[in-house]
Amino acid sequence: MLQTYSYPKFAYRQSAEQKEGRVARHPVVVIGAGPIGLTAALDFGRRGIATVVLDDNDTVSIGSRAVCYAKRPLEIWDRLGCAAPMVAKGVSWKVGKVFFENDLRYTFDLLPEADHRMPAMINLQQYYLEEYMIAACAELATVDLRWKHKVISLRQEPDHVVLTVETPDGVFTMEADWVVACDGANSDTRKMVGAEFTGRFFQDRFLIADVVMKADFPTERWFWFDPPFHRNQSTLLHKQSDDVWRIDFQLGWDADPEEEKKPEKVIPRLKAMLGETTEFELEWVSIYQFACRRIDDFRHGRVLFAGDAAHQVSPFGARGANTGVQDIDNLGWKLKLVMDGAAPEALIDTYNEERAFAADDNLLQSTRSTDFITPKSEMSRRFRNAVLELAADHAFARPLVNSGRLSTPTPYVRSSLNTPDEDIFAGGMVPGTNCADAPIAVAGESGWLLHHLGDGFTVMTFGSVPAKTVAAGAISAKVLSVGDDLVDTKGRVAERYDGRPGTTYLIRPDQHVAARWRSFDAAKIARAVARACVA
Amino acid sequence: MSLNLQPNIPDPDGFYQELIDSQRDMTDAQAQMMNCKLVLVLANHIGDREVLRAALEVAGGRIGPA
Repeated sequence: MLQTYSYPKFAYRQSAEQKEGRVARHPVVVIGAGPIGLTAALDFGRRGIATVVLDDNDTVSIGSRAVCYAKRPLEIWDRLGCAAPMVAKGVSWKVGKVFFENDLRYTFDLLPEADHRMPAMINLQQYYLEEYMIAACAELATVDLRWKHKVISLRQEPDHVVLTVETPDGVFTMEADWVVACDGANSDTRKMVGAEFTGRFFQDRFLIADVVMKADFPTERWFWFDPPFHRNQSTLLHKQSDDVWRIDFQLGWDADPEEEKKPEKVIPRLKAMLGETTEFELEWVSIYQFACRRIDDFRHGRVLFAGDAAHQVSPFGARGANTGVQDIDNLGWKLKLVMDGAAPEALIDTYNEERAFAADDNLLQSTRSTDFITPKSEMSRRFRNAVLELAADHAFARPLVNSGRLSTPTPYVRSSLNTPDEDIFAGGMVPGTNCADAPIAVAGESGWLLHHLGDGFTVMTFGSVPAKTVAAGAISAKVLSVGDDLVDTKGRVAERYDGRPGTTYLIRPDQHVAARWRSFDAAKIARAVARACVA
Repeated sequence: MSLNLQPNIPDPDGFYQELIDSQRDMTDAQAQMMNCKLVLVLANHIGDREVLRAALEVAGGRIGPA
């Protein structure tokens, strides 16, 4: 098969601790150097936590895998300093088309709001994404990436975890105050702690093919229900960079995975779809089946689960990696405050509270999409087809078409860390919501609001206030005045935050709203900081 | 608004005939597709989720698993 990408091979190095035969205690060990583990390394590392990452392999993702990355994860990666090459290399898109049988039935536009730094969605092969994050990790003295390190057993002690790790030099023991397991849907770590991982399995199989071709399909997401070239099943087409296209074929439960993977089976399917004359080359083929399930608790003692290790969703809607990145966004600052003794260990339990809530939302969305795409009974297929037929002519049916609802953040609206509103606000920035970006200027230089949020707690206030910081226990929240510290050049900050003179937001280190008021009151802010830290 | 289960259709015999006639020349598969569309069209017209939920219960209540 053709190769548009040459896989890097990262050097295995024996660690000093293994060489010297001493048992070292690390503040945090991350298991797995996929998109989520690498995000963890960058987040923890930039917060000043010495982070060891163990990965049993020595290269990036084989095959394009995750592909679609949404705005919020891009904003998180931007905070971590690695989004620019992703956006530059990735393919931005916003239009989706839905076909049924021979015809276009429905077109949607993600309608990205103007004046955000990050696009609504990019497509990028997972190997590029990982490569950029690995390069960013190399810039951080706090991150120690260790390839060819396989965790073979794990034991929990009251205040640390003991890991047995196998490398090409043999087996050694290491200790960690905290372990963050990002080792994917088949997580061995999850099995080692004996966690439950339950939900719904779907009896269906999908073929994914990466195809290299010079095609004049527009940069849009195209989804077919029951197309003439693949009867009674669905097909999805996405453009990636380097003229690589991702094509998913639903195969049904009876398909033989080994047989279907063979080029002599795959190529005729592609020809039927692309036409006999279209020139293409196959780059990567995989067969998958999926489940919608999650771990019973994201925290098992001192082991924390993130990404697919904690929750597995169907691929429709791009909710896998995108959600996993947001797990880390939620966890990093909590871990740092607890390690520093600035917040009680109970803060870590809110990681489960907030991210299990988000996972349940993702599972619900993902299950609903799957039920529409792969009807489980003849009657539900008829209803699905009726929706698709009606959608072409009647606006009312279009919102019912579900070819995957694309990933958006789940606001932590019920979180115990939120301080409930006591004033009236318009707009969407309710406590628990991730902050909207907006163009701003600082000292005449144009920039973006989110670049000023996320380094600890921030008090964003509209107008002048006498304070530069607000102290709450061991935590000091930085005051950011819209007016004095930055200029709301287009009025978008005021618009998106319903800002009037005096309006004050308390923003968490993960750029989520913790509390808001119509006036600046240091005592109230201090209480809200304490609440957001379970202090 | 609650689900109206009292007679509400003027000329009930006329309506029933119109309903049956509308599918007279259809195969079962076509008629089933039409029924699905009809449910969706009417459900959208009603719009009220409480009323729709009550209708689902009335229609399916004695048919579903015990």
